[in-house]
Amino acid sequence: MGNLLRSNQREAIAILVLAVLLTLYLASHPSGPNTYVITIWANQCLILALAAIAQFFAVIVRGIDLSVGAVMALTNCVASYFVIGSGLDMALGIAAVLAVGVACGLFNGAVVVFGRIQPIVATLATASLFVGLALLLRPTPGGRIDYDLADAFTLDVFGIPTALIIAAAVIVLFWVPLRRTGLGLGLYAVGSSEQAAFQSGMPVPVIRLVSFAMGGLFAGLAGLYFSFVTTTGDAGIGPNYTLNSIAAVVLGGVALRGGVGTLTGAMAGAFILKTIGSLMFFSGLPPLAQPFIEGLILAGAIAIGGAGVLRVRNRLEVFGK
Amino acid sequence: MSRSEHPIARLRGVSKIYGTTQALSDVDFSCFGGEIHAVLGENGAGKSTLMKLLAGVIQPTSGDIEVNNAVTRLTSPADAMVRGLVCMFQELSLVPDLSVRENLMLGAVGTGLGRLNASVVRSAQDILAQIDGGAIGMKTRVADLSLAERQQVEIAKALTRNPKLLILDEATSALNASVVEKVFRLIRAERDRGVGVLFISHRFHEIESLADRISIFRNGAHVETFDNGAYDYSAIISKMVGQRIDDLFPPKPPANPDAEEVLRVDGFSWTDKLRDISIVLRKGQITGLGGLDGQGQGSVLQGLFGLLKGTEGRCVVGGIPVTITHPKQAKNPKLGIALVPEDRKTEGLILQQSIARNLELAALGTDGIDASDVTIYQPFLDALELKCRSLDQPVGELSGGNQQKVALTKWLALGPRCMLLADPTRGIDVKTKTQIYALLRRLADSGVAILLVSTDYEELIHLCDEAHIFYQGRIVRHLTGNDVTAEAIIAASLNIPLPAQTSEAANG
Repeated sequence: MGNLLRSNQREAIAILVLAVLLTLYLASHPSGPNTYVITIWANQCLILALAAIAQFFAVIVRGIDLSVGAVMALTNCVASYFVIGSGLDMALGIAAVLAVGVACGLFNGAVVVFGRIQPIVATLATASLFVGLALLLRPTPGGRIDYDLADAFTLDVFGIPTALIIAAAVIVLFWVPLRRTGLGLGLYAVGSSEQAAFQSGMPVPVIRLVSFAMGGLFAGLAGLYFSFVTTTGDAGIGPNYTLNSIAAVVLGGVALRGGVGTLTGAMAGAFILKTIGSLMFFSGLPPLAQPFIEGLILAGAIAIGGAGVLRVRNRLEVFGK
Repeated sequence: MSRSEHPIARLRGVSKIYGTTQALSDVDFSCFGGEIHAVLGENGAGKSTLMKLLAGVIQPTSGDIEVNNAVTRLTSPADAMVRGLVCMFQELSLVPDLSVRENLMLGAVGTGLGRLNASVVRSAQDILAQIDGGAIGMKTRVADLSLAERQQVEIAKALTRNPKLLILDEATSALNASVVEKVFRLIRAERDRGVGVLFISHRFHEIESLADRISIFRNGAHVETFDNGAYDYSAIISKMVGQRIDDLFPPKPPANPDAEEVLRVDGFSWTDKLRDISIVLRKGQITGLGGLDGQGQGSVLQGLFGLLKGTEGRCVVGGIPVTITHPKQAKNPKLGIALVPEDRKTEGLILQQSIARNLELAALGTDGIDASDVTIYQPFLDALELKCRSLDQPVGELSGGNQQKVALTKWLALGPRCMLLADPTRGIDVKTKTQIYALLRRLADSGVAILLVSTDYEELIHLCDEAHIFYQGRIVRHLTGNDVTAEAIIAASLNIPLPAQTSEAANG
């Protein structure tokens, strides 16, 4: 048990921090803890959480994805054209949106794997490409998403926000099964030591490609969910989400050097980041001081994760993993 | 020993060229089932290249590889594994951030990217229990294991992959004698089941006791294959180096137990890993630390070099009591302590950087020494015969033996009073070993005090003037002079009394 807690230490800290922040937020909110407040909060959190999952799949294989926000913008714009009409139209529209996400991810992966270009450079370039496409689709914000469908995904079911149900479903129906496959294990192996993974007989290029494709899928899901929340298309949403997705995975205990961290941790990090932002909004702090305080909390939260260094008795372990 | 009729794997006229270096030239080589086949050669002789070809890590530049009498292209380790060629790599193939359990399941037979199969974990646990690895926790991260434990896991992992040909590349280099014997029992059992074993080791007594046949490689060519026992020790060595090396170890001068004290620790303790260690290092003496792996020997070196926090006990250097809290303090010419760490690839060297840059690292920031002056390193590089294109070559491109020469030289250039060495000859070829032994003896003769941790008891016997044997963080026996024998070392390592002492006790 102690071992289990230690190996999931980063995630345990992240979830604890989230619980404290959420309590503070609900206590400070002028209209108190009701379903409406929690639903709005959950919706905002889920958008970033999906973006953070997209980032997680790049980071876990020792990469980084600067195109997460760009893919969101592109898929958001695609959704603003196609997720409307009859039930079949909308189903096909959603499929198209997600296919665009996967295609973007595969493209990123192909550039990294076959082009042998560093992920940070490759995705910096592809991000411009994807935003360019989004701007061609929607030079100015506009379009519309089917309101009933949007409501179905952004309100609540018996008082539980749909966003939280989706978040739970991603973990239980996607992450837990994935973790029990050679692919799930392979993601960590490739990120931690590519050579060891290769010598253990794992197909390293395939794993890296699939990881980027899954990242694209989740960036697409983030774009789609953003569409449900805003019911419109906007090509300019990208940059904010890219940077926040990186901050979220770091907060959630995912190591930027790859091979360490969990999808659940990345999601928790996103929830924490959004909650800090919301907390500021109702805190009564002068607006100009808010970014400073937000940064301070972020830095503090990350420092807690690194506090283990103080207990190290062998100086060499400080440099180790 | 029933050797299979046809070779499991066979190389025909295989050459491998890297850039301008010919790693293997026109090699014909066969390995059969039911036979333990040792491959001997200096570093750079082509052994590792041979293994990598058979394991599918690299492909030959020319020539054919036959598996079960059919010409085959081994495109990846996965491909080789499917055909029953399983390699336990010297460069460990374990993923540091994953647990032991996950590592065992990674790439297991029939898994690929699909559902993980936990049955391999159980069979691996059985194997680990047989080689003293039963205490290794399945949920422990591999990064938290000692080098020896990692090798034990590697061995278990390789054996769970149903090898027809098991390739062991320096598989036991960090294991101590009693574990090695258990691993050998396991390997012999595999052989008796008809598995072919290809075995690389630099420890002669291991090859002598294990191999059925021996092949010698030199400069990328297959020199000769013969049955174990056909040639004696020195004949084999001369085939490997192409010239006779009369003696592995330099002659030992008479011990001088009254020589001037250089460093003395009394009652040295650290957490629960070290208890009440007392050691005296004297001018011109080589002191050995032996015992099973992870009994605290390595921590003593780290503690003396200021790497551990919260150590207790008294430390006296050159007659002056000191508290060493930082490597920078330890290497200061006033103390003059140098540490050559156990894992040269991660702790001793920066592999991507050039030889020259690596050499400068220890001297940088030391008073009175110009780190960029190549002439302070050159005498040691010459004495050790470092083989490199130029000093601008990245250290990572050198063979293991040559890397160790760089790691040694960077400290020797500081002219230390006291050298701390953690297993400096692990995984290193015979010729480099002799060079290092000779150099250490010359250093001792020039007045340096040397503290040497070793997993090879022959070093404790033939190189060291005295030896301290560790068991669970304590020194259980201090051996000097003619008392340093293989039996005494092994008995002390296991913390059991010497047979002779038992009978004395019975008589008394």
